[in-house]
This record gives sequence, C-alpha cells and structure tokens, in this order.
Amino acid sequence: MTRDWQVQTTYALLLAALLTASAALVRQLDRVRGDEPLQEVLYIPSPAVVRRMSLGYSGLLADIYWTRVVQYFGTKHRANAKQYLILEPLLEMTTALDPKLLPAYEFGSVFLAQKPPEGAGNPWAGARLVEKGIQENPQSWRLYYDLGYIYWLELKDPARAADAFDRGSKVPGAHPWMRVMAAALAAHAGETETAIYMWTNILNSTEDPELRANGMNRLRCLRVDSEVKLLQERVDEFTRQNGRLPGGWEELISSGWLRRAPVDPKGNAYQLVGGRVQVARPELFPFITRGLPPGREAGDMPGEKGFKVMQTQ
Amino acid sequence: MIGRLAAIAYNTFREAVRDRVLYNLILFALLIVGASVLFGQISLEINRIVLINLGLTAISLFGVVIAIFIGIGLVSKEIEKRTLYTVLAARPVRRWEFITGKFLGLVMTLTVNALLMSVGFFAAVMYVSHRLGRGDLQLVTAIYFILLQFVLITALALLFSTFSTPVFSSIFAFAIFAVGTFAEDLRGFSSMATGVTRWMMTGAAYLVPNFAALNVISQVAHDMVVEPKLILLNTAYVLVYTAAVLTAAVWIFERRNLK
Repeated sequence: MTRDWQVQTTYALLLAALLTASAALVRQLDRVRGDEPLQEVLYIPSPAVVRRMSLGYSGLLADIYWTRVVQYFGTKHRANAKQYLILEPLLEMTTALDPKLLPAYEFGSVFLAQKPPEGAGNPWAGARLVEKGIQENPQSWRLYYDLGYIYWLELKDPARAADAFDRGSKVPGAHPWMRVMAAALAAHAGETETAIYMWTNILNSTEDPELRANGMNRLRCLRVDSEVKLLQERVDEFTRQNGRLPGGWEELISSGWLRRAPVDPKGNAYQLVGGRVQVARPELFPFITRGLPPGREAGDMPGEKGFKVMQTQ
Repeated sequence: MIGRLAAIAYNTFREAVRDRVLYNLILFALLIVGASVLFGQISLEINRIVLINLGLTAISLFGVVIAIFIGIGLVSKEIEKRTLYTVLAARPVRRWEFITGKFLGLVMTLTVNALLMSVGFFAAVMYVSHRLGRGDLQLVTAIYFILLQFVLITALALLFSTFSTPVFSSIFAFAIFAVGTFAEDLRGFSSMATGVTRWMMTGAAYLVPNFAALNVISQVAHDMVVEPKLILLNTAYVLVYTAAVLTAAVWIFERRNLK
C-alpha cells in the first residue's frame, strides 16, 4: 500500500463521514422546523409578475409550476388532507404561464373538483379552470368532456353538463360518445346507468394509474347505488305484499325474493335495518348516494359544506 | 501551525480591505437610512417589519456576493499571479494550511463587515422602535445565522476556486446558493419519487448545502422566537458541512500540479 493511496483513502473516508454526519443533521433540522409551511407557500402570488419575471422562458416555468402542483396535490392527498389551500392559485399560475398546457386543465380541474380527500372539494373552481382552458384551446374536445364531468358528477347539474358535452361534440375529431353523453344527460335518463357508462369510458381511455384507481372506486360506488336500489325495491315489495317488514335476508331468501345474502363490492354483507338497506362500512364507498346509515347524507363532507357555503355567497 | 494559519488569514483580510470591499458599507448605510425614513412616512404599522426584512436581507446578500466574488479568486488569483508556488515552496506552509488560512481570512472579513452593518442596522431599529428590548435578541440570532451562511458559501466558493476558473466558480457558487435555498423543497420532491430515482434524488437533496434552515429573517421580523435547538443544530450542521467542503477543497488542491 503506497503512501499516496493511504492519503487518498483517508481524504475519501473523511469526506464520506462528514457528508453522512451533515445529512443526519439535516434530518434533525427538518424535524425541528417541520415541513408544513413549505407546502403552503406560494412564493409569488401574481401570475402576471411571474410571467414578466420569466424573461420569456414562461414555458419552462409553467412546467416547473405544474410539477409543483402535482407534488403538492400528491403530498396532501397521501396525507388525507381536507384542505388544499394553494392548489387553485398554483393552477392559475401554471395556466397563465402556459395557456396551452392541457394536462394542467384536465388533471387540475379533477384535483380541484373532487370531494376531499380525493380532491379540494371546489367544483366551481374546477369548472372555471376548464372554461379558461376551453377559451385558450377551443379545439380540444377533451376539455369539454372534463367540464361536463364536473357539472354532472360534482355539481349534479345535468343541464349544464349536457351543454358542455354538446359543445364538445361539435369540435372536429371529438369522440362519438360525447354526443351520446349529451343526449343521455339532456333527457335526464337513467342517472346511475349514465354515470357507469361515463366512468367505464374513462377507464377505457386512460392509462393513468391514479385516474384508473379513482374510476374503479367510482364504479364500485355506482354499483352499490344500483344494488341498494334493487334490494330496496324487493324489500318494499315484500313489505307491501305481506303487510310487515321482512325479518332479515334469510326470510327474503327462503321466500324466493333473493337467491343469496347480498354483499357489497368489498365483500361485506349489506345490512337490513328497519326495512332499510344499508352498507356495512360506508367509509369504503365515499361517493355513494344510497344505502347510507341514517344521519349520514350523501356528500355530507367538509368540502361539500364549503361548496354549499360558497354557492350561497 | 497556528501562527502560519493566522498569518495567511490576516493577509487575506488585509488584502480584502485593500480591495475596498468595505465600501459596500456606504451603500448599506444609505439603504438603511433611506428605508427607515421612507417607510416611516409611506407605510402603516409595517415600518419596523420592512426595516428588519430589508436590513437583514441586505446584510445577507451583500455578504454572500462578497463571499463568492472574493472566495472564487482566493486560490486561482494566486495561481495566476504565480505567487502561490513562492508561498508554498519558499515558506514552510502546507497546502491545507494555505486553504484553511484563506478560508479563515475571508470569514474574518465577512464577519467584520457584517458586524459593522449590524451596528448600523440596530441603530436604525432603535430609531424606528425608539428602544431595544429583550425581543430584539432574536435579531442577533438571525445575524448569527447569516454569519453561518457566509461560512458555508465561503467554503464552497473556495472549493470551486481550487479546480475552476473564476467565472465558472462564481456561476457554480451562485447556482449552489440558489439550489441550497430550495433544499427543503428538493427533499420534499425526492420523497415523492419512487425506486432508484428516489434514492438518487434523496442523495442529491441531502448533498446540497441547506441554506433554507439558516434563513429566519421573516420569522424574526414578526417577533417569532427561534428555538434554541435550531441554533444548536444549525451550528453543528454548518461546522460539519464546512469541514466536508474544506476537506474536498484540500484534497483537490493537494493533487494539483502548481509548477
């Protein structure tokens, strides 16, 4: 072993030891300082100022802001956050820097519109963002689809949703089922079935794992809605014919009303409480509108309340 | 050894003073006096906050700029002027002593500069608040953190100076300072990645200097208390990280052929 080799090894080891120690100290510093202020800070709140400061490199800056949106949303979503304080301004900034950045409208509107913890629970902000996107990119039929989705599923406004799908269906190259959706919604026909159709279309048209997982979740909830509706019809019919409530699923099975005890898509048995069909664990189905226990209404979540307050203002 | 280190450090300090580095104090004084008078007239209730933000930011930025512009020339200038070989060959000075001495000399310059600015800064704070209280001790903490910032950036500028030209060294130093101020965001981003990318990003995020934790200016402007644990950890971090950077600088410098 030469002396030079010994010296080089000593330097390398010393450097490695010092850098390891500094990384350990940074971890301690992060613990003392916490990371919440970092997540909720919008360094420059004005899109116009940021645009000017970008010195013409606004495209790259928009990409950076969009990355920040994704990281911000992902971090909050993972933590089951109920509030997404800077999501809307971050998206405003991104789309002001690059008005042609379609993913920012498409995904950003979904992030904004869905109920917490799936999103920020602010469907009006989502709709505004997509309208802005349509203004900047009128040739993109997918934006009309996103707008229709928000009006239909989040704002429960089939008339506006139908209008959005109809406008989108007239864009050259629009998917044929845009017209189908517009017609179905305009006629107010089969709400659950239409929603199932819509989410199946989404599942078939995206490779994005998050969106697919969300779509599966939505479809599960819609299946629950559909099953609860059918089961309730059977229970009501049994009650009408026998003049009393059924004692339980066994009685309905033995008398031929059902073939077996019904279970929800997560494998838990549906409950029959005082002639009312309920899911056993409603927290597993955040979007269901039927089968909820008494006192727990559909959409009774902080985001929805906030949305109602916002509507009255 | 101590005598040699002190001699190199003192010479570096003297050279910086001779280069009229301390002239920035005049600009600082004008800025502070102007701000205290102007904001007192045109703003409502925030003149003290503006003064603290402006004063501490100026102390920090002036120091960082000086640290980088002098730090990048500490070694390369000596090589260019061919004085380095004379120092190392004709006198009993080791290379690591030369690097450490230069580093200490520049830190001394920056400390004196910052202390003089701090005197002016506290005078302005007293003018605006009409008195200095116990709460103003937080301002001392902020200035201490700024000094720690100078220690880090000086070491980094010196490191770049050992292997690169002054122009590139200054670009590297400013870039790493900018990246270091977003170090916490970097660690946040890396935690979102997966697999090998996550490991690589985390490694990079911990490798860059953590300037973010050294900036408590906004905090003290709003009279918020800086935790003693933060002071302790920041001090330990800067000492260890600076030791790492200087080790790398000495290592590179030892391998350079200066003839």
